[in-house]
Amino acid sequence: MKYLDEFQDPDLARRLLDDIHSVVTRPWALMEVCGGQTHTIIRHGIDQLLPDQVELIHGPGCPVCVTPLEVIDKALEIASRPGVIFCSFGDMLRVPGTGRDLFQVRGEGGDVRVVYSPLDALHIAQQNPDREVVFFGIGFETTAPPNAMTVYQARKLGIRNFSLLVSHVRVPPAIEAIMQSPNCRVQGFLAAGHVCSVMGIGEYPELADRYRVPIVVTGFEPLDILEGVRRTVLQLERGEHTVDNAYPRAVRPEGNPAAQAMLADVFEGTDRAWRGIGVIPDSGWRLSSRYRDFDAEHRFSVAGIDTREPAECRSGEVLQGLLKPNECAAFGTTCTPRNPLGATMVSSEGACAAYYLYRRLDITTAPLEASPVA
Amino acid sequence: MCLAVPGRVTEIEDRDGTRMATVDFGGVVKEVCLEYLPDLQVGEYAIVHVGFALQKLDEESARQTLELFENLGMLQEEFGDPWELAAEASGPQWADNEEVPQEAQQ
Repeated sequence: MKYLDEFQDPDLARRLLDDIHSVVTRPWALMEVCGGQTHTIIRHGIDQLLPDQVELIHGPGCPVCVTPLEVIDKALEIASRPGVIFCSFGDMLRVPGTGRDLFQVRGEGGDVRVVYSPLDALHIAQQNPDREVVFFGIGFETTAPPNAMTVYQARKLGIRNFSLLVSHVRVPPAIEAIMQSPNCRVQGFLAAGHVCSVMGIGEYPELADRYRVPIVVTGFEPLDILEGVRRTVLQLERGEHTVDNAYPRAVRPEGNPAAQAMLADVFEGTDRAWRGIGVIPDSGWRLSSRYRDFDAEHRFSVAGIDTREPAECRSGEVLQGLLKPNECAAFGTTCTPRNPLGATMVSSEGACAAYYLYRRLDITTAPLEASPVA
Repeated sequence: MCLAVPGRVTEIEDRDGTRMATVDFGGVVKEVCLEYLPDLQVGEYAIVHVGFALQKLDEESARQTLELFENLGMLQEEFGDPWELAAEASGPQWADNEEVPQEAQQ
């Protein structure tokens, strides 16, 4: 129980674990949707502390990981153009496109800049009126409202040299796609807390009902995860399938209405390709027609770039919970953070990166390939 | 990138018609947009994602989370130098890259 000592409140963690152990009577497979939750689980060995009957399956909730290769290639193409300042969050720098990444584009002379907020990119556009400033707008429902507000501000302030390369995705259609998969083993979901901080929980009751699956809104701290697991297992043992909010300190049922209103104004629903998974209907957002002038894809005519993903990377199966990272033959051999085949190995929220980072620390006691998985 | 970090509002001002705040994340100070939480006041806490306050948080929860994030090195991950992180991940062939741009040092 060495991991338990590292919990913020080891006594509470122990009580939650005891409770989970006492109610489990049969095997259950739960999916944590958020990549941040995956890292918490692996880092704290939560999967190893749970009863053997409770399996945690890692979901597709890493925005960097699910951004399709063709979008990365469009980013690389735009970032390489003279006169362009390409702005991105830091965790996109090493995500592999076809043959290179943004970090290498900068090494080749591209003006790639890392920003903390999309508003910083807008500020750069104001300071550089003779340059085209493009912001790489990826992410789930948590990141989309800031990007929407930035485009809204650009239009309001009349800033014409700013545009967004947009590839936003939504969680509920991904949950639906996972449940519809013939290989699906997921029986309960730990929903991503911060996504629900924005969107509320209104989209989930229908999903819980249709697929008879409990959905528990969960935070990403160790105790949050244990509480989410406890509530999900309790429902499963009782034969229930409701939506439960285990993260009320950050999630209100209605979410953030102001953010939702801005999303509805700036974006419109669209089908989106998910890296390694394929197209999920109505699973994303694009700029609505009123904001089309700010769409980098059209401004730089890169809409035609269509890249096939490499077959040797099995991140799509990892993202759907069909394969654990260390069950992939390339894991830790031909695929490492230094030479990644896919984004799941380099993203700070990627499942493969979590396994590599934390299981590697266990090498002193057990070889990587022999590391136990929940 | 997808995680949000709790912070305390220390100042609020109107900039170009936009409600902006100075927010303290356990010692790291950033400019944050309050347009999605227009009622947020100085001294209050909120979870902040990529420069936007998204939901209010009580002080105790915020402090506990910040403490945990610091212990886990997540504040460094969120606010540290991404070029250095990328160079480290890329290995020695990229480690000697040219100087870090100003934007990344802020």
